[in-house]
Formats: sequence, C-alpha cells, structure tokens
Amino acid sequence: MANTGWNEFEIGAMLRSFDGGIDDIAGTLQEDRNYSQNNSFSASVADWRIEKPVFNKDYCIDCQFCWIYCPDISIISRDKKMVGVDMDHCKGCGICVEVCPTNPKSLLMFPEHADEETEIARWPEKETKEK
Amino acid sequence: MAFDKMELRDIEVWDGNFAAAQAMRQCQIDVVAAYPITPSTPIVEGYAKFLADNYVEGEFVMVESEHAAMSGCIGAAAAGGRVATATSSQGFALMVETLYQASGMRLPIVLNVVNRALAAPLNVNGDHSDMYLGRDSGWIQFDAYCPQDAYDLNFIAFKVAEDHDVRLPAMVHQDGFMTSHTAQGVKTLTDDQGYNFVGDFKPMNDMLDFEHPVTHGVQTEEDWHFEHKARQHNDLMTKVLPKIQTAFDEFEKLSGRKYNIVEEYDMADADVAVVCMGTSVETAREVATEMRAKGIKAGVVGIRVIRPFPFEQIKAALKDVKAIAALDRSSPNGAPGMLFNEIAGALFNTDTKALLSGYVYGLGGRDLTKAHLTDLFTELQANVDAGKVTTPLQQFIGVRGPKLSFL
Repeated sequence: MANTGWNEFEIGAMLRSFDGGIDDIAGTLQEDRNYSQNNSFSASVADWRIEKPVFNKDYCIDCQFCWIYCPDISIISRDKKMVGVDMDHCKGCGICVEVCPTNPKSLLMFPEHADEETEIARWPEKETKEK
Repeated sequence: MAFDKMELRDIEVWDGNFAAAQAMRQCQIDVVAAYPITPSTPIVEGYAKFLADNYVEGEFVMVESEHAAMSGCIGAAAAGGRVATATSSQGFALMVETLYQASGMRLPIVLNVVNRALAAPLNVNGDHSDMYLGRDSGWIQFDAYCPQDAYDLNFIAFKVAEDHDVRLPAMVHQDGFMTSHTAQGVKTLTDDQGYNFVGDFKPMNDMLDFEHPVTHGVQTEEDWHFEHKARQHNDLMTKVLPKIQTAFDEFEKLSGRKYNIVEEYDMADADVAVVCMGTSVETAREVATEMRAKGIKAGVVGIRVIRPFPFEQIKAALKDVKAIAALDRSSPNGAPGMLFNEIAGALFNTDTKALLSGYVYGLGGRDLTKAHLTDLFTELQANVDAGKVTTPLQQFIGVRGPKLSFL
C-alpha cells in the first residue's frame, strides 16, 4: 500500500473489510474471518487505554450484558459463556463494568499496569445494600 | 414489470420541472430523498405522484432538510441504488457539505438544480449563483436552456454518471422559473426508449453486497487524501468529456436531437461572440441573427457542460473571433465572473488576439432583454474596430442607477 500511486488504488475512498468474499459472517468466529489489512479489526487500539477491565469468572453469571453493551465487540463470548476481554480492541471505556449486575461485580476497572492475578486475589466483598 | 407504463404523445406540453420529473420516472429511480424548495419543488412532487400512481417502483424519503436529502441520497447510492433528487438556491447551499461526500465517494447521483439566486436579500427568482457555488464540488454539471434540454439531459446525466469508468455524480441545471415554470412543447421518448438508453443500474462496490462488504466514506488524512483527490480530478479532466460526447452521439441516434459540449451558433465566421449559459443562450442567438442583418458578424457560444469545463472545445470555438463577451449570471463578489475566468484561462496561452470582456447580468431574475444584447454586440464591434478593449473589463448589464463597471 505504501508505494501505491494515485492511479493504482481502488477509487471512491472505500475499503474492503475482508480479503475475498465471505459467506456466513454471523456464523464465523472473529478469529476465523479473513479480515483485510484495511479492517479496523486488524489494528490494535490497546494503547488508547489507561484503565483496563479485569474479569473474575467466579462471580460471573453469563448474563451477556457486557457482550451486548460493549461498543467495540471486545467481550469474547463462546456458546453464551463469557470467556474474557479482547485486549487488542478494548479502549477501556468501562461500560462492561457499569452494566455488570452481579454482587460483587465480576468485571472491575483497574489501572493499566495492575497485575491481574493480584487484583483477582483481593476482589471486593459482597456489598450490603442499604434499605 | 410490476409498475405501469405511461403513454406519452410524441410532443407533450411540459415545463422544465415536469420534464425533469418525467425523465426521472422513465429512468426508474430507486430512491428519491427530497426536501421541497422553490422553484424545484414540482420535480420531486412529480416523482412522488408517479410513485403513488404506480408508475415507478421506488422509495420516496421525506427528510427534514436539504442536507438530509442529499445525505439520504448518498446512503442509498452507497447501498446500491439509482438515486436522484432536486434542489435550488439556499437548499443547494445547505447540500454543499454533502455534495463533496457524494463526489469523493464516487456515487453516481443525479441532482436537478433549478437555478435561483442566493440570499441575502432573499429572492426566489433565477440566477446562476447556486450553480457557481457547486462548481468545485467534483460533480459533473450540465446546463439546460429549455424544458426539452432539461428532459434530455437527465437521461444523459444518468448514463454518464453511472458509467463504471466515471462513477461521478452529475447535476442538471435549468433556469429557475424561466425554464422550470415555462411550458413548452417537449419531444418525448417512450418509456422503453428512455429506460433502455440509460440501462439497468449496475452498482459497483455497494454496501448491500453481503459477500463483499465494504466501508464507505473512510478517513484518509495527509497520507491518502491527496491521492484520492488527484484521482478524482484526473477522471474529471480526462475521462468525463469523451464519455459525454459518446452519450450525446448515442442520444442523437435515438432521438434525432443533437447536443454538443459547447453549443456554437453562427461561429464559423463570427467576429464577435457572446459566451453564456441557460435561457440567455436562446435570446443571444436571436439577437446574433438580427446583428448579422445589420452587418455585424455575431456568434453565440453556449456552455453545455460547466464541469468539467470544456477548455479545448472553447479554444476551438473562439480561436478566430476578435472580441468575446463572457456573460456571468452570478454575483461575483470581488472578482470577475466564473465564465470570464475560465475563458481567460482557456485562451491565455493560445495565439488568439481576441479582446475579452466580462459582463454581469440578470441577478435575482432581472431580465436580459434583446436591447441589452444588441448594445452588447455593438460594444464588442466597437472594440474590434478600435483594436482594443475600450470599455472596462467588468460591466453590469441592466442594474439601476449610475453605470457600474470595474477593472
């Protein structure tokens, strides 16, 4: 792409999302799709993040709220089971934490440099609600 | 086909707006997104009526502004449909931001522009201010002089715009009220003739191709923006005029009506020539004939394609004349008019010794009369006799008060 002249690229300020065609986009997992170099999936935005979500599967009820609300499709879910966070595309917005309904929350935001195992080891206790 | 065909007489009495609407019907537009504005409203009203009466299979999208109208058209064109709309004046001005999107995304939309003055002061009548406003937007621009042209040029606009080598949006201009609301005899094509001339719409890289999905309207910044613009400019400068010529030739074969990129009238041996656009061309032709009876060899050059500007054709048409008047129907606000500039640019490095002067006329619907043009031709002949431009470079025709001239 770098050495392409104005007369060589495809016209119309338009990008192809995939190399070649794609038959069943909904039935193909992200990692199995032939994303093109131009697709935003091929670019990491991890360096946008100053806080990261940490996932504690002990409290997760697989409600899929985080998967539904994540604006960047960065929640990895397999067979309706929450698996983890796609750290290449997560921008650290914290929406998944906000919508997590469990008590204590199974997703929490920590500074980017925090050690995941340490944070999970001292996960907050269940909050008692004031009546 | 699921829609009805319309039986037309060989010659129908249509105004420019209805002629454009009929052409849109015969081209079978998939989507029209429109917001009404005087004097172009009857175009989309006509299309809406045809749609309601089952003469077209399509969608009429009612939007909340002209900006949204063109945005809707861009979305529909990117999705893969044949798209058209109409506008005028302030509405055109509101569309301008999106016009650049359409041409940059290389979407073959057709826009009927019924030319009208730009405020302030507010004015609903015709001049070419809106036409000039869009001249750098990357659209192909055709100019109709009468309802017949408005009908025919719509077919040609679709054919050129949708050509896979071109893929650029096109405007068809007609003069507000003078063409748009004046009924004249219009020679028609049958529905089959009209549709077959334009052909089935063949989308390229449409969003609704689920097997080859694409992203439209991407961001490029400094690393690619220049290359995209260069490509667009190159295609306009080199590809479009030959395609238009081919379309004109094919249309002549079909209908017997001949169009030229530059419409020359009595130019073979002309000493003095007027270059103008729109309804003024027909008036100027009549006056030129009268001037010939008085012994002044007068000719008229009508611009049919405004963008890409036909520099070579203009050079050829004007190479032997001795004095030229460029007539601009727009408020130039601090410069000579657009036609003056383009013609000066076209002739500058040629051997011509022609004397060029610019005139501003007809703003906001002010008439350009035969008397004005008679004076103008006489003035040009006086310049020829004197061997130099004896008048100022820029003059205003028919403005009230003391004579107005500059440069």
